[in-house]
Amino acid sequence: MVKTILIVGVGGQGSLLASRLLGNVLLRQGFDVKVNEVHGMSQRGGSVVTVVRFGEKVYSPVAEKGSADYILSFESLEAARWLPYLKEGGVIISNTQKIDPMPVIVGAAKYPENIGEKIYVLGADIVEVNALDLAVKAGNKRAVNVVLLGVLARRAPFGKEVWIDAIRETVPERFLEVNLMAFELGYSYSV
Amino acid sequence: MKRLALGNEAVARGLYEAGVRVVSSYPGTPSTEITEYAAKYDEIYCEWAPNEKVALEVTAGASFAGARAFCAMKHVGLNVAADPLFTLSYTGVNGGLVIAVADDPGMHSSQNEQDSRHYARAAKVPMLEPADSAECKEFVKLAYEISEKFDTPVILRLSTRISHSQGIIEEGERADVPLKDYSKDAAKYVMMPNFARPRHVKVEERQKALQKEAESISINTVEINDTKIGVITSGTGYVYAREALGDKASYLKLGMVYPLPAELIKEFAKKVEKLYVIEELDDFIEMQCRAMGLDVVGKDVFPLVGEYSPEMIAEKIFGEKVEVMRFEEDVPPRPPVLCPGCPHRGVFYVFNKLRLTVSGDIGCYTLGALSPLNAMDTCLCMGASVSGLHGINKARGEMQKKAVAVIGDSTFIHSGITGLINIAYNRSNSVVIILDNRITGMTGHQQNPTTGYTLKGEPTAEVNLEALCHACGIDRVRVIDPADMKEVETVLREELEADGPSVIIARRPCALLKYVKSKPPLRINDKCTRCKMCMRIGCPAISIKDGKIVIDPAICVGCDLCVQMCRFDAIESTAGEGGIDG
Repeated sequence: MVKTILIVGVGGQGSLLASRLLGNVLLRQGFDVKVNEVHGMSQRGGSVVTVVRFGEKVYSPVAEKGSADYILSFESLEAARWLPYLKEGGVIISNTQKIDPMPVIVGAAKYPENIGEKIYVLGADIVEVNALDLAVKAGNKRAVNVVLLGVLARRAPFGKEVWIDAIRETVPERFLEVNLMAFELGYSYSV
Repeated sequence: MKRLALGNEAVARGLYEAGVRVVSSYPGTPSTEITEYAAKYDEIYCEWAPNEKVALEVTAGASFAGARAFCAMKHVGLNVAADPLFTLSYTGVNGGLVIAVADDPGMHSSQNEQDSRHYARAAKVPMLEPADSAECKEFVKLAYEISEKFDTPVILRLSTRISHSQGIIEEGERADVPLKDYSKDAAKYVMMPNFARPRHVKVEERQKALQKEAESISINTVEINDTKIGVITSGTGYVYAREALGDKASYLKLGMVYPLPAELIKEFAKKVEKLYVIEELDDFIEMQCRAMGLDVVGKDVFPLVGEYSPEMIAEKIFGEKVEVMRFEEDVPPRPPVLCPGCPHRGVFYVFNKLRLTVSGDIGCYTLGALSPLNAMDTCLCMGASVSGLHGINKARGEMQKKAVAVIGDSTFIHSGITGLINIAYNRSNSVVIILDNRITGMTGHQQNPTTGYTLKGEPTAEVNLEALCHACGIDRVRVIDPADMKEVETVLREELEADGPSVIIARRPCALLKYVKSKPPLRINDKCTRCKMCMRIGCPAISIKDGKIVIDPAICVGCDLCVQMCRFDAIESTAGEGGIDG
């Protein structure tokens, strides 16, 4: 049985680091793992999606619609955009941070209101968290990615240590303390 | 040890294990990381070349000299390197030579969706196509064996999803591959008519030998499951089809996509009831199957355009459609944008303000074409901004005062220089702006000949752009700071009015470079009249919230462009207030 996690957000929010951390955690659990990343033009402030798939044997590195067990959204609008990828019974963990896309900035489109509520009404299980606040609390606004990973880790059956080990291995020394704190704040976050 | 590696990283590991000695490439998404990862191995000499043609010629030389050599590029890069490729097919190799070319179905980061497999056929060289990271590594090693056994360059075809997906690899040791002896052999390496004619005969003989090899090569594999459906496929097509159809189909997975194993294909066709060819982009395998007289289903069902997916394949074959949850309102698109603090932004604002016709080029700055800057008229290929502007000006002389070319530093070195020489030589009053942000930006910060550093970060000779432009025959060369929009406008107006061609070098490092320190975020104060002038520069940090204009402190880098736009002194610094970084 292959499971799928989507990490979605805005280019520059640190989804690569999050997916690499997650990939390493899953590898340690003995799964076959595929992680699809986005590099190049779409990274420049565009909508980005990273796909992490794991199971006994994984072929496709990309996700099908209706297949994601979890969607980890770094930005509110991106949760709405990638909603069709959520599986029935899947969970969205969404940062409440809003980053206006250029069509909204220039007035050509409207940023929808109360996205989390509307997704909930559609019947999806959504956990909203102000990850930017927690990241700033941890010491760096860029640690939003690890805060959200902490929220996800709480729901995974692997125990906390394996995540912390992966962070120690993946994150450069000088950012380690901030990221461990960010992970802890995400991990202990309760709705 | 088992570990996760990007397809590109796995290719680099394969180079290391295959005993490769020389790598020369030009960056291009999605191929860039191969060369960056290869550069981490001290045993491999690695460099960024000015363009793909130079890179391939460097590796050709290294191969002739007896080393295993490698060159990576994106699909359109192979157009640039096509000239040496076609004749390399004739000379063959001494040390093994492998060329990785990465296609971009779906055009995540490219200007077209061309299918590189046609090059294998046109140049008559074998092509291998891996489907995951583990295969990337193993196919590289096999490619060197084929290259040396059959005296041919070998193309390794990748695509975005293979290059940029991580999968599990197991590392092996580096093979001890000594330099091969070099001996002068003009009949093999000097391709003039008398010597090339017999080499073409050799190429055709080699084609036959390779076709035979393809019949039994280990990487063309057959998996028989349910035989109602048979699928001939390779690379991404295979992983999507395997995911979508599982045991409900049988597979002929081609690891070698050129030349094709005709007997193996015909034999597989006999075993299944309905035969599909599943391949992204063109009908390359399908056409050859049809030429063999096989009845296959291919592009009559599957698209020629865009990326494939497991769900699309399941839908086309089984008519299955997944029910999904949809957000009930319109979700505004989020196209990529120039970063906050990008030194290109002010230049494009001034282009727009002066209503210039802009002959554009390939790089981050192509994003200047999008709203609200809307300041690009054309973008064709690397270097075409400069040569294209000359054409515009020759066709419509009156446009010389209203048209400019814009090109980045790395793109200018890649193929802008010859266009500039043409402007000087054939005399058009063209104005070329070189956006010198001290790095190759879009592909993720690669050094180039204008930065003064090599791929490995060692200091080296630095192209002096001013002197180079002078040497091309351009008398008017000016250097400006693009952060000062007034200066940009003044100099642009002067040069458009001036007699004779000119180059304006807009020099300021990319805002994402580590040594560029961002300033404290800016803030809108109560002098704001909501005139929205500051929003015309298309900065992603500035937006309207509840009718008020606000600057997002999480992404503002304090670059000051919006301050230059504001006529009411309504944008101020938050310096000394602690701020969001804590």
